[in-house]
Amino acid sequence: MKYVLTLVTFLPFAGALALTLIPRRLDTALRASALAVTVVTFLVSLPLYFRFDAGSADYQFEEVARWMPTLGVSYHVGIDGISLLLVLLTTFLTPIALASAWHAIEERAKEFVITLLILETGMLGVFVSLDLFLFYTFWEAMLIPMYFIIGVWGGENRIYAAVKFVLYTMVGSVLMLLAILAIYYQHGAVTGIYTFDLPTLTRWVMPPGLAQSLMFLAFALAFAIKVPLFPFHTWLPDAHVEAPTAGSIILAGVLLKMGTYGFLRFCLPLFPDASLAFGPWVFALAVIGIVYGAWVSTVQRDLKKLVAYSSVSHLGYVMLGIFTLNVQGLVGGLIQMINHGLSTGALFLMVGMLYERRHTRMIADFGGLWKVIPAFSALFLVVTLSSLGLPGLNGFVGEFLILLGTFRINVWLAAAAATGIIFAAVYLLWMYQRVIFGEITHEANRHLRDLSPREWALVIPLVLFIVWVGVYPAAFTGPTEASIEALIMQVQTKASVAGAPDAGRLAGISRP
Amino acid sequence: MTPPPVLLGPLLPMLIVAGTGMLVLLLDLLPPRDSKAHLGTLALAGLVGALLATMLRWGQDGRAFRDMIVLDQHALFFHIVIAYAAALVILLSMDYLRRVGAETGEYYALVLFSTSGMLLLASTNDLIIVFLGIELMSLPLYVLTGLFRRDLESTEASMKYFLLGAFASAFLLYGIALVYGSTAATNFDRIAAAVANRPHDPLFLIGLGLLLVGFGFKISSVPFHMWAPDVYQGAPTSVTALIASGSKAAVLAVMIRLIVSAFRAFQPDWSLLLWVLAALTMTVGNVVAIAQSNLKRMLAYSSIAHVGYMLVGLVSGGIPGAAAVLFYVLAYVFTTIGTFGVITLCERDGEEAVEVSDYAGLGRRSPLLALVLSLFLLSLVGIPPLAGFVGKFYVFGSAVRAGYIWLAVIAVLNSAIAAYYYLRVIVYMYMREPEETSATYTPSFAGVLALTISLVGIVFLGVAPAPFIDLAQVAVAPLLR
Repeated sequence: MKYVLTLVTFLPFAGALALTLIPRRLDTALRASALAVTVVTFLVSLPLYFRFDAGSADYQFEEVARWMPTLGVSYHVGIDGISLLLVLLTTFLTPIALASAWHAIEERAKEFVITLLILETGMLGVFVSLDLFLFYTFWEAMLIPMYFIIGVWGGENRIYAAVKFVLYTMVGSVLMLLAILAIYYQHGAVTGIYTFDLPTLTRWVMPPGLAQSLMFLAFALAFAIKVPLFPFHTWLPDAHVEAPTAGSIILAGVLLKMGTYGFLRFCLPLFPDASLAFGPWVFALAVIGIVYGAWVSTVQRDLKKLVAYSSVSHLGYVMLGIFTLNVQGLVGGLIQMINHGLSTGALFLMVGMLYERRHTRMIADFGGLWKVIPAFSALFLVVTLSSLGLPGLNGFVGEFLILLGTFRINVWLAAAAATGIIFAAVYLLWMYQRVIFGEITHEANRHLRDLSPREWALVIPLVLFIVWVGVYPAAFTGPTEASIEALIMQVQTKASVAGAPDAGRLAGISRP
Repeated sequence: MTPPPVLLGPLLPMLIVAGTGMLVLLLDLLPPRDSKAHLGTLALAGLVGALLATMLRWGQDGRAFRDMIVLDQHALFFHIVIAYAAALVILLSMDYLRRVGAETGEYYALVLFSTSGMLLLASTNDLIIVFLGIELMSLPLYVLTGLFRRDLESTEASMKYFLLGAFASAFLLYGIALVYGSTAATNFDRIAAAVANRPHDPLFLIGLGLLLVGFGFKISSVPFHMWAPDVYQGAPTSVTALIASGSKAAVLAVMIRLIVSAFRAFQPDWSLLLWVLAALTMTVGNVVAIAQSNLKRMLAYSSIAHVGYMLVGLVSGGIPGAAAVLFYVLAYVFTTIGTFGVITLCERDGEEAVEVSDYAGLGRRSPLLALVLSLFLLSLVGIPPLAGFVGKFYVFGSAVRAGYIWLAVIAVLNSAIAAYYYLRVIVYMYMREPEETSATYTPSFAGVLALTISLVGIVFLGVAPAPFIDLAQVAVAPLLR
């Protein structure tokens, strides 16, 4: 079990290297092997859950190896309750995304599966890294495969969307690189230890002030673009609309979570004072995002765009939950991250299935589908309801906890955020009504096939988890709580220590 | 007074290269007249010999000619970089020249002579040798730029390079004269000692400024960069690779020795100047590169931008700053030679593919070549885990450490801008449809070897940079004692 995280992280990459040896003409063999690699990766990642010690807030399955000792860079990986579920979400969604492209991607299929496998390694690396250098390496490296997935296999406007995606993310992340360097030197100057090791850096109490605020803002910009927090969201609709279905699933399911994960893992523990100080601004942007995302979703005519804007709204809840800094809000935020991955991943998957059948994503081109493809319609209903937060399904758990946490902070804020749930019901149900119910308005819709066995196999696991999280959330919130409580404790202690009159003296001491 | 003994040991790497160059000239006259491949191999052997001689001397310092020549770790580090650069360029040239029908014996000899000038620059501690080295390096490069005699662009580039180069040499010489007039010395250490008690001697400061103009021209920093795009575009691609890699490395070696080491007492005087130069160089290079449709021209502006990043390291100063520049140069040499190496292998309508649009669909036509070029371009962008990223990380880190936060902010924003134009090439290769007339050559063993070495170099420097970072620090540490 010692190297299980390294194994999980690099297995897809090793698989990608091995796949280069399979000749292009063996198309099915290529796809099957790639799928096998991702499924094996998922299976290998399962022990992370079953052997995870839910009572402990410490990093588990840790591995540390020297990498660049002179610079204080090490290969340090490990997971805690915050990253555990995200790692599993990644290993769970990647095979689904890969299989969703079985017929959708015909051109350059070999390159596609290899790119997707490399992307998986990048995403997993982001979630398991406990060294800032290592984290940044994965964070940046992961951009490139996603860029290719959008740019090579995307729709009409794919090049514009791909370049916009990369440039937005780059601008945010290069400033984060500077902030990483600034922490490194500041920590080194005070304690004498020059290191990029995250646990070491988070134990240190950074003195509050302008420097901390600027570093927070640099990190926050990188993550806010990724989330995306209003008003940094404009790349998202383009990227989603142009990306192939598999890309959209990964983008919505995992990539957006990297932003919110970044806030949890880096911003809160490293910059507690700045996090508290900027909390109200984040609240404001999050609520604007919730309401704005919902309103804009309502008027979309393109299904994918609708789901993309709904992501802006849903991720607003996550941000709200994270910055409440109480257990309910944070656990809710974390669960909402998983929920959004499942529900929105499923929505994109099913919209992709419609697109494969009709080659259009316009809502107006559908209608009356229930009579033609009842199985699809029923599953689509479950997924839609999960996205709008129906009690008994997963979405409700996260949103309820987040609103509970927000309520404790500010009643009006909670009230404003709660309107987002109403609007979600409006845009999702209205969309569902126009697509599934009513009369068949287009002849082409009269002879659609219902779900194939492959499609059943793709949707059912997602629906199972959607129901499971909704009915028995403790299985998912359980492992996270210890880490969340420890995080809250850490932020509050550090903020109060740094805020005390003798903060300067205390701040200089690296506490064990 | 007896003359001091002549110690040729510290000059050994340079002598090997220059000697091989003369041998190549001599053998060029003998049969076989139709094939020059053996001369290329000989040139390569000379460079490998110089590389071995350098490595054998690692760890032992040598001085010669009354401290005019210093063969310390710093010099040896740059000797390795330059010898590698020249060797890779020769490997690339062997195919390339034969294909364009321009393979001549004097090509290899000129590359070697130019290389010997670069090696001299890396180990000089005296302004006279600086001038000597720069001329020895540049004159063969002027000729090499005009190698395609019948090509108008090549001839124009050569003429332009020569005229502006001569102009810059005059600046350099005038600067040397002023510094000598002010301090009565040409040796770096003695100059530093002479001005130590009168730090704001105007004559000396003007002289220093003129020296910077001369160096700025050779490394193509803004505002002395005007020659670079035309020369890069017009010169044979293999020569462009040499100009972009070796000649810059050599001049940066002198600049580090002079500015970061010998004149570090005057840091307040030159740091603001270099700050502005660095910011301008990065920004102008990157912004203008966006507008280029010719790949070689784009790479010229990109190389200007990369010089800007290296200047950031120079501004930061100290061991971290200087070591960062060393590492950056090493990473850049592999990356840029690899990039130009791929360009030599692509053609359009029977001519070299130099427009970015010529690369449309390369990902389909020759997936391997496209992949290799993508990796080089991503290293230029600074995407981890490739060499370019570690170089940038190290340079920007040194700036943050020295407190030049705003310079670092300008630098990182620039590297985000740069992503746009490098990725545009990738857009063409993978996301646009191929043109019928485009084709690629299968490289011979030499070309494959050059690209493989460069590729392994950038991956290795990116994934396991630790030994090279240590090496760079060891190399500059004695300079800053």
